[in-house]
Amino acid sequence: MSKSLFEKVWDAHAVRQLVNGQTQLLIGTHLIHEVTSPQAFGMLRDRDLKVQYPHRTFATVDHIVPTNESVEPYSDPLAQGMIEELRNNCADNNVTFFDTNTGKQGVVHIVGPEQGITQPGTTIACGDSHTATHGAFGAIAFGIGTSQVRDVLATQTIALNELKVRRINVNGTLPPGVYAKDVILHIIRLLGTQGGTGYAYEYAGTTFDKFTMEERMTVCNMSIEGGARVGYVNPDETTFEYLKGRPYSPKGAAWDAAVDQWKSFASDTNCTFDDVVDIDASHIQPTVTWGITPGQGVGIEESIPAISDAPTQSERDSVAEALEYMQFEGGSPIKGKKIDVAFIGSCTNGRLSDFQEVAKYVKGHKVAEGVQAIIVPGSQVVAKIAEDLGLDKIFIEAGFEWRAAGCSMCLAMNPDKLVGDQLCASSSNRNFKGRQGSPTGRTMLMSPIMVAAAAVTGQVSDARDVFGFASAEV
Amino acid sequence: MSSTPIKKVTGKGVFVPGDDIDTDRIIPARFMKCITFDGLGEYLFHDVRKTESGEDKKHNLNDSRFAGASILVSGNNFGCGSSREHAPQSILRAGYDAVIAGSFAEIFFGNSTNLGVVCVIASDADREIIASAIETHPELEITIDVENHKISYGDQSVPCEIKPGARDSLLSGNYDPLDELLVGADEVSKTAGALPYMQA
Repeated sequence: MSKSLFEKVWDAHAVRQLVNGQTQLLIGTHLIHEVTSPQAFGMLRDRDLKVQYPHRTFATVDHIVPTNESVEPYSDPLAQGMIEELRNNCADNNVTFFDTNTGKQGVVHIVGPEQGITQPGTTIACGDSHTATHGAFGAIAFGIGTSQVRDVLATQTIALNELKVRRINVNGTLPPGVYAKDVILHIIRLLGTQGGTGYAYEYAGTTFDKFTMEERMTVCNMSIEGGARVGYVNPDETTFEYLKGRPYSPKGAAWDAAVDQWKSFASDTNCTFDDVVDIDASHIQPTVTWGITPGQGVGIEESIPAISDAPTQSERDSVAEALEYMQFEGGSPIKGKKIDVAFIGSCTNGRLSDFQEVAKYVKGHKVAEGVQAIIVPGSQVVAKIAEDLGLDKIFIEAGFEWRAAGCSMCLAMNPDKLVGDQLCASSSNRNFKGRQGSPTGRTMLMSPIMVAAAAVTGQVSDARDVFGFASAEV
Repeated sequence: MSSTPIKKVTGKGVFVPGDDIDTDRIIPARFMKCITFDGLGEYLFHDVRKTESGEDKKHNLNDSRFAGASILVSGNNFGCGSSREHAPQSILRAGYDAVIAGSFAEIFFGNSTNLGVVCVIASDADREIIASAIETHPELEITIDVENHKISYGDQSVPCEIKPGARDSLLSGNYDPLDELLVGADEVSKTAGALPYMQA
């Protein structure tokens, strides 16, 4: 019987059925960070339990790390307490920790892939909802709560219900100036923020075939924003090429065996899915969110919806609530909204290719007066390569601040926060009320290039006009 | 550790209007700089309840008529966003035992069930009826009957849904799966043994 990747990986990791009908699923790779793990280690201590497979848990510190301060103790004693707690928990339990002095620290979803820990055909869990990022490699990766972090530490398994699979085919060539970020914002706009509940999303089609691993990661990263706990792309030569030679990738004969096995996990060509959605890549525009959920997005040429455009009362209420919070007028163009802050970084768009692309276009431009623009590498590895390439100098020359690795302004558990009702053009993944640290702060999600265009013009702009994409080589 | 079975939840209700109430709204990230869940109840819906200068906003959650409520009633896609267990932990620690919503985000639902926070689904029309009953008679006790898929208040009742697996777990008191997972250790090592990447 033909099977999808999801079913094959699930079957290979299913331990047994539990009394309530759920499956006890083996979690091959466990990633932890400082925010959602300390309570889990505490629960283990309370019950006198040990970490069962310490070599399969990897830790890094990302959410609370200041990006403009490298010497400990940090100014924030709570942040200092959290990093020390993680350090102690890892040391006490023989867990590998990519600490700030290793040159490998960074956002957990950037560190796993770049170290070669993230591999096809595996199950991955992390106490973070953006864990689906790792699905870009053909892994089944779950965001989990802290009690489940405890379960993985103590048993290397969690109790789960099997998911349905929705195949999302994107075929064709993206227009110039349209990126992976626009693809996922478009998908969420189309299918809604809860369209993926109960599903794993399998992303496929010629657009994904041509995508780099970093582009695939950007899309998989935001699966949860569409309600899907899991999102993945079938592994192919692009995947293997990326993984070859990474620190934790198999070596020598083991590499060849691994590649053969990885290939076998890909969805069978004739397998059936619970649902299929087809999208034409040429219809996708640079997409920007205007509201307070990631599904509230429009193409850069479009206007923000008016309350009366929404078909149902509950949708009209949602639009009204979003417009009020964002201080936008329904029916007004999305273009031209004046921004205060520009943020490029996060587990969605904090990788080397994001910075290379931005650097290519911002050269010769200046950040608009009155705009604070920060660029935050997703990991120390990314930072080092970007600096070796001289990208940091291009950014600084253009008026951006170049920071150290961390989650930064994506969720503001560190000093990088909006103030008051500042409006931020952001390459991150969530535009919820208060998400960026100020209870009245406003977030507009978009691709890194669109953030750069907003930064240099001081307002939401079409990057293709600002940077002259028609003539540039893309 | 097997817990007390949860067959019914009874208490006063409070209506938190809106769809897509996300986990940042339930517990803003800046209150998560902690290494235990103790004290999180204080920050539940902080920015929904407080102005930036710390004064109470006009909201049902600040209304003395609904003080002591233990059942939250809200909209669709409740708990969307982050996987942070801090969200259901803050709900539990603020004294709530159950949430009635139009739908739940998946990770939030799982996290809540593991803690014994009862999450049931009721239709838009039925939630409207409950919300208006709470508004008219805030002292009214609401009962969620997990076993019989029913929400009752006064002499009225409406149907509700709960996922079969979660319902079984609540009714049997096995909603925290750790003990059962620990029992499977030998089978876990067999499954792990067949996977090359699991080897030390």
